[in-house]
Amino acid sequence: MSDFIQANLPYLLAGISVGGQYALIAIGYTMVYGILRLINFAHGDVFMAAGLIMVFASASLPMYISIPLVIIVTVLLGFMIERVAYKPLRSAPRMSVMISAIGVSYLIQNCALYFTGGLPRVFPAIPWLSDSVNIFGAVTKSVTVITPIITIALVVALVLFIKKTKVGMAMRAVSRDFQTSQLMGIKIDNVISMTFIIGCFLAAVGALLYFSNYQSVIPTSGAMPGLKAFVAAVFGGIGSIPGAVIGAFLIGIVENIIKGVGWTTFSDAFTFVLLVVILMVKPTGIFGEKKTDKV
Amino acid sequence: MKKLLAIILAVLTLASLCACGGSGNTIKIGVYEPQSGSNGAGGKQEILGMQYANSVTPEIEIDGKTYKIKLVISDNESSNDKAVSAASKLVSENCAVVLGSYGSGVSIAGSDTFANAGIPVIGVTCTNPQVTEGNSHYFRICFLDPFQGTVLANFAKDELNAKKAYCLGQLGNDYDIGLINYFKQAAEKLGMDVITAEFPENNNDFVSYLTNAKNAGADVIFAPCSTNYAQLIIEQAAAQGITMPLLAGDTWDSNQILAAAEGKNINIYVSTFYAEGGDVNFEKGFRDFINSNSVNKQNNGGNDIIAAVSVMGYDAYYTALAAIKNAGSVKAGDVLKALPSTTYTGVTGKIAFNSIGDAARDTAYIKKANTGTGLWDFVKVQTIN
Repeated sequence: MSDFIQANLPYLLAGISVGGQYALIAIGYTMVYGILRLINFAHGDVFMAAGLIMVFASASLPMYISIPLVIIVTVLLGFMIERVAYKPLRSAPRMSVMISAIGVSYLIQNCALYFTGGLPRVFPAIPWLSDSVNIFGAVTKSVTVITPIITIALVVALVLFIKKTKVGMAMRAVSRDFQTSQLMGIKIDNVISMTFIIGCFLAAVGALLYFSNYQSVIPTSGAMPGLKAFVAAVFGGIGSIPGAVIGAFLIGIVENIIKGVGWTTFSDAFTFVLLVVILMVKPTGIFGEKKTDKV
Repeated sequence: MKKLLAIILAVLTLASLCACGGSGNTIKIGVYEPQSGSNGAGGKQEILGMQYANSVTPEIEIDGKTYKIKLVISDNESSNDKAVSAASKLVSENCAVVLGSYGSGVSIAGSDTFANAGIPVIGVTCTNPQVTEGNSHYFRICFLDPFQGTVLANFAKDELNAKKAYCLGQLGNDYDIGLINYFKQAAEKLGMDVITAEFPENNNDFVSYLTNAKNAGADVIFAPCSTNYAQLIIEQAAAQGITMPLLAGDTWDSNQILAAAEGKNINIYVSTFYAEGGDVNFEKGFRDFINSNSVNKQNNGGNDIIAAVSVMGYDAYYTALAAIKNAGSVKAGDVLKALPSTTYTGVTGKIAFNSIGDAARDTAYIKKANTGTGLWDFVKVQTIN
């Protein structure tokens, strides 16, 4: 029995940890969709940018300055993206905003290509997070264990924020009806900015955890986690925060179990087959609202 | 505002037009190498060797006329779908001969473009047999994967006493899958068990693969993948406390691997084209070349450790010069005709092409990453039994 656990626990641990990191990205997708009905394709790249900023910041600054700095700069980046690329298109057709999002995504990737010179950058080892720990005989990094805890704590805080505060109430109102909430005196620009700030904050935390586990940042590092987080958001019902989190954990765990069974080639295929199946069987996802808009 | 933009655009277009146009006595050698993407680091190091050679011998004399040699560098981004446009760029620049590429997949993908233009290509470190097979314009100065795979299998059996090997390569990558295949054939002949696994492009998570290898009871992990993935595999293997040796081919002979392995409890062995200490004069000159320029140093991974691919790049440049001299012409067609009979003795040994266009090579050097000093330790010269 203990042999069995020792042999198989690493898959589960890796799954839970990567699931937590997907969850932090997925919340950004789902919140922006909930409010703007926009799939923010640049979100995965913001995640990558956070990793890259950490690489550059930690090269010259101590850890206790560079970590907050990364979070602040990433949040600013997200805020800027919304102000520059999405806000001027608020009254334009939804398709234009989507295309703008794709443009921003490529812009960030190409800037990253320029700054890294096309070479992978090694993410710094954050003290303690990157240390190896032994759990029931399975050796792993402590970040693996800490990720689900941080994820759940942040999600609880976020749900409380949305349920209990005035800004949270405004967010709920805007997501319910854009025009009416405007008429009710809600400053939607501020609400939307707040959404991007929260999304990017979580993506930055996710990036710090993710890249502590997989210590290499390249310009396309954000693409795969971004896509998978997007699938998680759709799976959970896009617009729903608990849904995105559950979807992300599920994808992370199943993906690693599939690899463990030996079907390594199909681990990514599973994620995207899941997307297709969900869209066919239950397009609103597990926790989705009944009425969906076409994108 | 719009008018201003229009003017700026117009000026930019004019400026880019002015940049074109060459001078009389110049001969162009194309450099078809990745400078970004998963093999970017290796490609840059290979280019450094050529640039050093170019700085040593910037001119060539043909029929009493002196030609300046210009390296035209084109980035194939380590990607098969960018290969053709990168190759076309070199074709439109009228290069007399092309060197490259690091990575067999891109070499194969760009091959037809050069063939149609009648430009000969000298492969520097692309080890897959398909690069030179079935064509008359692709030549190669390094050893081949059937040889390298056999060498590594012999090494795993003789030196590491391995009975079971776990092979890990990137799905759809010609180099990885090809080399694993040859390794597998040779290893099974030697009586070893071989398990193979593939990971998809852009995969970051190797924990499950490493756990699979451990659970399968493998004695050695053979992972001849790009350095990007290698970095992640090394890092995650160390974090998982995996101590079985990691074995790989020539791609892993890179400073990136040394940097990733430094200070970790891990055993890494690679087979490669050249062992440091082979030619002291060359090494001194090359080190000075790297240290003289911060860009060069950055391209070499921030230090002056000499990678085998740089040495191969250096030899490839001189092989190209020997071919041009042999042809007595700066035209691509003449160089193509002269290449099969061209021979050159370089830092890495004698280079002469056989009927397929491959140089005969029968030695590979095995090196081990020293995790304390962050340098390669020479292990042995491995030949096939």
